[in-house]
Amino acid sequence: MAIRHRDLSGSRLIGRVLTHGALIIASLVIGLPFIWMLTTAIKSPAEVHLFPPVWWPEKIRWDNFVTAWESAPFGRFYINSIITSSTGVFLEVSIASLSAYAFARIKFRYREMLFMVLLAAMMIPGQVALIPNYVVLKHLGWINTYQGIVIPHVSSVFGAFLLRQYFLTIPDSLYDAAEIDGLGHVRILFHIALPLARPVVGTLTLYLFISKWNSYLWPLIITNTQNMRTLPVGLAMLRQAEYAIGPEHLMAASIFVLVPVLLIFFLAQKQLIEGIASGAVKG
Amino acid sequence: MKKYTRPLRMSKREKRDAWTFSAFVFPNFLLLGVFVFWPIVYSLYLSFFKWNMIAPRKTFIGMMNYVNMANDPVFWQVLRNTLVLAASTVFVKLAMALGLAVLLNRKIRAKDSYRAVLFSPTFTTSVAVAMVWGWIFDPNFGLLRVFINAVGLRSPNWLGDVSWALPAIIIVVIWSGVGYDMVIFMAGLNNIPTELYDAAKVDGATPWTCFWRITFPLLSPTTFFLTIVSVIGSLKAFDVIAIMTDGGPMNSTNVIVYYIYQNAFQWFKTGYASALALVLFVIIMTITLVQTRLARRWVHY
Repeated sequence: MAIRHRDLSGSRLIGRVLTHGALIIASLVIGLPFIWMLTTAIKSPAEVHLFPPVWWPEKIRWDNFVTAWESAPFGRFYINSIITSSTGVFLEVSIASLSAYAFARIKFRYREMLFMVLLAAMMIPGQVALIPNYVVLKHLGWINTYQGIVIPHVSSVFGAFLLRQYFLTIPDSLYDAAEIDGLGHVRILFHIALPLARPVVGTLTLYLFISKWNSYLWPLIITNTQNMRTLPVGLAMLRQAEYAIGPEHLMAASIFVLVPVLLIFFLAQKQLIEGIASGAVKG
Repeated sequence: MKKYTRPLRMSKREKRDAWTFSAFVFPNFLLLGVFVFWPIVYSLYLSFFKWNMIAPRKTFIGMMNYVNMANDPVFWQVLRNTLVLAASTVFVKLAMALGLAVLLNRKIRAKDSYRAVLFSPTFTTSVAVAMVWGWIFDPNFGLLRVFINAVGLRSPNWLGDVSWALPAIIIVVIWSGVGYDMVIFMAGLNNIPTELYDAAKVDGATPWTCFWRITFPLLSPTTFFLTIVSVIGSLKAFDVIAIMTDGGPMNSTNVIVYYIYQNAFQWFKTGYASALALVLFVIIMTITLVQTRLARRWVHY
């Protein structure tokens, strides 16, 4: 956008104040639930049940986090979430890279046709597949297992498209030179294409990690014992009456689940948002 | 793609390439086949049976699941809720997102911070989001009551009231999604050439005219894309509803994915749930196909 050098005349000043005012209000509306979550998590049970509410507790109750952590096997939930999210991301990114490279660089008679098949897969919503996937996993004996949580969701359409687009922008001369040096497709992929695509692969990895970490419906269906639950499923279970814990503990437990995601978001927010804006990842 | 000119003796290489290609795409196509394409076929098959997912035998009942669906008042309510959710979120969310995007696209201070805050719900675990919103909507001690009382009204019993529960869900869906739409709108705004505005300004156009005559028409591809993405996203809503209301009270917030889940995994009516899943599939497929058609005709590129 062109920079306009002009004096801050009255009307422009008002415009600026209004712009910031509107943005601050919007940011508050978006931010308040997070703040409310945090302050509720450190209140005493008596303070939680006050109206009008107190914004900041008299004494910070850190022990709410301890109570919340001990109300369910959160350590185990953490391990389950870390294992399933990271193996899922690793597999999905690998599968995406291999497909993307094949569609970008390897000649094959039915390539265009197979590409259309890949396109078609993007239109099928995963929610339609819940029952059939459950039945398949039952036959495989994978109900309530890590592979049951992970494997149905590591096929890649979007990631494959994204990386293919990127691989196509790498100049042919680079590929040709590698071929003359006698490198096969596997080596070209790992030593040339993927290293060049590192920023895109990085954004894709973070985005996939967050979405796997957050996923709820499938792990809910496929796990049936406490010790296999992932964090979102374990957190959701806390609402049940048998746990009998207060809102302050529910908020504290919600914070456990959110911390890794918020950490990734704040460390990489620019990369993630710009990735989304440029169509690199879908929301 | 670049065209290669190859010596004739490359056929051996072509063969090798065919093998390499197949090996590279095999894992993906195997998984897509088993977990994406096969489920459509199998859902269709199951929708003609009565089955509880455990019994070794499935009972063929023809079209009965579909007949039952047509006669199931809950199904029609679920369908209506799903459409209300989709329609009401999309307009409010897009209007707010566009407004914010226009404001944020100006040269202003702290632009990145505003953007990060407004975008943050996009990546926030929906179960945790639903937990905190459930507490915000608490009619006695919830945060929202503070604001409602401040304007002299009484707080409804949000999630416990058949006429307020769906609006509460709509609020949460808008809150979660407005930042994503805003970021996409900002990208769309950046693609509009600034010369257009400069020329309009020379002609004495007001910012209001500029918005309706330049910005809005030229953003139509983005608006169209976001409309489709939002509608399809709302059709798939599950997490927030499962946590906040369990589809209640009295099915007032029950939507199609939640109803599929209830039928399949709580009541073990696998055949009926499969028929519902196919209905969802057909709705989403229709929207996607209409989109590809209309995108060519309507949108102002």
